[in-house]
Amino acid sequence: MKTIHVSTTVNGDAAEFICGPDESLLDVLRNRLGLTGAKEGCGTGDCGACSVMLDGRLVCSCLVLGAEAEGVTVDTIEGLAEGDHLHPLQQSFIDHAALQCGVCTPGILVAAKALLDRNPDPTETEVRYWLAGNLCRCTGYDKIIHAVMDAAKTMRAA
Amino acid sequence: MRFVRPETLEEAATLLGQESGVTRIISGGTDVMVQMRSGLVAPDLVVDLKHLTGLRSITPEAGGFRIGAAVSGAQLGEHEGVCALWPGVVEGVQLIGSTQVQGRATMVGNLCNGSPAADAVPGLVAADATVRIMGPNGSRDCPVAEIPAGPGRTTLGKGEFVTSVFLPARPERSGDAYLRFTPRTEMDIAVAAAAVSLTVDAKGVVTAARVALGAVAPTVMLVPEAAAAIIGTTLDDAAQAALAAAASAACNPIDDKRGTIEFRTRVAGVLARRAALIALARAGGQN
Ligand SMILES: Cc1cc2nc3c(=O)[nH]c(=O)nc-3n(C[C@H](O)[C@H](O)[C@H](O)COP(=O)(O)OP(=O)(O)OC[C@H]3O[C@@H](n4cnc5c(N)ncnc54)[C@H](O)[C@@H]3O)c2cc1C
Ligand code: FES
Ligand code: FES
Repeated sequence: MKTIHVSTTVNGDAAEFICGPDESLLDVLRNRLGLTGAKEGCGTGDCGACSVMLDGRLVCSCLVLGAEAEGVTVDTIEGLAEGDHLHPLQQSFIDHAALQCGVCTPGILVAAKALLDRNPDPTETEVRYWLAGNLCRCTGYDKIIHAVMDAAKTMRAA
Repeated sequence: MRFVRPETLEEAATLLGQESGVTRIISGGTDVMVQMRSGLVAPDLVVDLKHLTGLRSITPEAGGFRIGAAVSGAQLGEHEGVCALWPGVVEGVQLIGSTQVQGRATMVGNLCNGSPAADAVPGLVAADATVRIMGPNGSRDCPVAEIPAGPGRTTLGKGEFVTSVFLPARPERSGDAYLRFTPRTEMDIAVAAAAVSLTVDAKGVVTAARVALGAVAPTVMLVPEAAAAIIGTTLDDAAQAALAAAASAACNPIDDKRGTIEFRTRVAGVLARRAALIALARAGGQN
């Protein structure tokens, strides 16, 4: 298989990589760029553990080819905190103990940020529907929802 | 497998037309990637068209809208003009998958994947939408209803692909709606589905209607008998019953653990009736 050279922007920085034509963006992020925050829960679009932003849209990176990242911007969980300063969502997940094994957490944080960026004051129902594509096999959904609602409140007050 | 981003539509048509192996177009990739991973398909050539002019734009045209083949569900749902003119089409598209899937999935991918349960397709068929097709012999337009050929199959020829969907203008006092039945509220595939588009006159009499059903036959299908059952009526109780009966009579569903033949047949009629009432309310009529 012929490899492909891709130039893209990841978390604000120019990034280049070489990948196979059938390699997913998730595999590229994890295995070639060392960004292991996005997780593979299923590889088929069902669990959301691989969530990243692609040109400002929430997507499953397991359903994107690495080659499709040419010329686009990718934002991952690694770009959420500013240095040592956690994002309010991250702090809220810690405060609410909204994670157990943590495998779903990066995807849920990326997805929740995408929601709050467009809707700073969502209802609980809106949060639940928005996160319907993020599965938590430790089933800590209630704490997750409360952590997101609470982070939204903190961010509105800021 | 080769991955190619052609520079022009003509180049894409030539490339796809000359490839002797298995080809796929990657629009949102939400079907293609899953099928590749599960080993269901091993393409020799994957073509990405998303960067080409017009593929990602929504443009007003002749009172309706031309929607590029690579427009995602999320992008469509943010377009006020399309949402106002064809709310039933948009609600069908937006039922596809999760927020993440919406960020990528397209109507055209949903159509060309050829699933009988594809959620975007009944609304497009009811809307009498057409697709513009590019191929080795140039460009042509075709009604959406004529694209599905059976589970996983389309009528597109060798080297042909869709560049846009056209949603036409509609008369005053028109409305459309899409409903599906799924065991879960989110992230599930339709067991039966119905879309209705209709127009009423000033007195509230239905003057035109199109009814399409999903997941109850090898392809999404237009049911003219169901439309005929409500044209000339105010969607009174008798017309509603006739609509449901005609819709059920057209069903030829599979029988599986998610829905028996009897269940799918009955529910398709119920959904057609309910979708017609929503479409009527959107058209400003009353029953
Ligand atoms: C988690 C999950 C949930 C889902 N839920 C639903 C659901 O509720 N309802 C539903 O209907 N579907 C669902 N799907 C299936 C899928 O998301 C939809 O069918 C989607 O609309 C496919 O669009 P796409 O752009 O991603 O297609 P792609 O995967 O890019 O392509 C699909 C097919 O269409 C062909 N194609 C793509 N573009 C073109 C073109 N321009 N011209 C010709 N052929 C083309 C491809 O060759 C391929 O065969 C789900 C998928 C996932 C992963
Ligand atoms: S790994 Fe991508 S959705 Fe599960
Ligand atoms: S915390 Fe374990 S999967 Fe969610």
